[in-house]
Amino acid sequence: MNTEFEPKIVGILCNWCSYTGADLAGISRIKYSANVRIVRVMCSGRVDPTFILKAFQEGADGVLVSGCHPGDCHYVDGNIKAMRRAPLITELLKQMGIEEERYKLVWVSASEGDKFARIVEEMVATLKKLGPFKPQGGVKKYA
Amino acid sequence: MPKLNLAVYWTAACGGCDVSILDIDEKILQVGELANIVLWPLAADGKYEDVEKMEDGAIDVCLFNGAIRLSEQEEMARLLRRKSKILIAYGSCACFGGIPGLANFFTKEEIVDRVYKDTPSTDNAEGMVPLATVQVPEGELSLPEFYNDVFTLPQVVEVDYYIPGCPPPVDLIVRAIDAIATNKLPPKGTVIAGQKALCHECGRVKEDKKVKEFKRPHEVEVDPEKCLLEQGIICCGPATRGGCGGRCTGVNMPCRGCFGPAAEVLDEGAKMVGAIASIIDSADPEEIKKINKMIVDPAGTFYRFGLPNSMLRRKRKEGKVS
Ligand code: SF4
Ligand code: SF4
Ligand code: SF4
Repeated sequence: MNTEFEPKIVGILCNWCSYTGADLAGISRIKYSANVRIVRVMCSGRVDPTFILKAFQEGADGVLVSGCHPGDCHYVDGNIKAMRRAPLITELLKQMGIEEERYKLVWVSASEGDKFARIVEEMVATLKKLGPFKPQGGVKKYA
Repeated sequence: MPKLNLAVYWTAACGGCDVSILDIDEKILQVGELANIVLWPLAADGKYEDVEKMEDGAIDVCLFNGAIRLSEQEEMARLLRRKSKILIAYGSCACFGGIPGLANFFTKEEIVDRVYKDTPSTDNAEGMVPLATVQVPEGELSLPEFYNDVFTLPQVVEVDYYIPGCPPPVDLIVRAIDAIATNKLPPKGTVIAGQKALCHECGRVKEDKKVKEFKRPHEVEVDPEKCLLEQGIICCGPATRGGCGGRCTGVNMPCRGCFGPAAEVLDEGAKMVGAIASIIDSADPEEIKKINKMIVDPAGTFYRFGLPNSMLRRKRKEGKVS
């Protein structure tokens, strides 16, 4: 049996742009990998860095956060907050031995279903090359 | 009231926690009146065999300081858990892994190579490293096993109370002694310290949430009134449990997080990333990156006292990045 590694991506998408964009991809029957599990939040600014660590702790192979394009945020500047967190999250993950390709922050508008599909495909391809992420921290030696 | 049987024990620790108990000055007399010290390697006596011979639960209170890295430490933690009615994780090392927990940024092999082969002052041409067992003419000699990871005390045995701090401050020790003496112990699992983040009890003025530059404390003339984080100095107050009274912030030093995460904080590193992002004064991606780059060693800074207790617990071994 061919058991190619299928990465699990947790996709945390803002309600107003990116979720609608992903939905549009679905409605327009644009094909994209089933590897992404979507979590809808009201705003990318709501994505506490704890969510990202939690996803990795629970065994996600990658985390994709997506919000409205800068300037288009439904709450004015929630996505700018997400943008300010991203470099430090990447740095922290790298120091914990988590490759920077495993976490991505992107901007996808409600009309960019095709772009969303492309981003997912690219991330799946990258993660397939990187291989599975095994959390070493979440599992305690002493249960 | 009959005297309590008290044990104080250390594992992967620096000795500071033991000394902090002696720091309670005349209160130590109260401890003497209150308790028979049945084991305290640093200050009194007591042999392990004597502890083994005790009935289970014969020790009323055990103050346990230090993290767990060796099989011998794990054995002692299990033995003292069995023999003690109340086991208190005392100090940051026992509670969260503490400074010894920073070893979780490295593998066991990296540590052994560094210590026994690579330090500039090492002269070890034969490349000798300690082995768990070795055969000598007289028979087999053994050393405790050196584990791959550092663990916190509660990751190894059940703990009844936590007294955080590196080391815990005198007033918290006194509070714990009084609670024991008057039999007014809080519910099991209580952290004997504050509940909210240190910022809530910090007297510094918080107003100007705009930072374009981060600096280390020695690089600035610190304003004694203003919030340190708002001065661009990384202060872990937003993520750290209060209860120390601002021992560091009170003397113009940022909080380094020795009280561990505040009650509502799941991961101090994630919390600090959020706190820092909220004061960065820029909406330009390139500038934001530049400002973030000024933060030296974020993981080591945010998890300084609690890497083994953090969500990811250690640096991933097969990670392809440094
Ligand atoms: S908590 Fe601090 S003072 Fe106590 S043993 Fe650990 S390093 Fe030393
Ligand atoms: S960040 Fe530090 S200096 Fe600022 S209020 Fe919090 S504890 Fe005080
Ligand atoms: S200010 Fe922070 S580092 Fe200093 S004693 Fe208090 S909790 Fe510990």
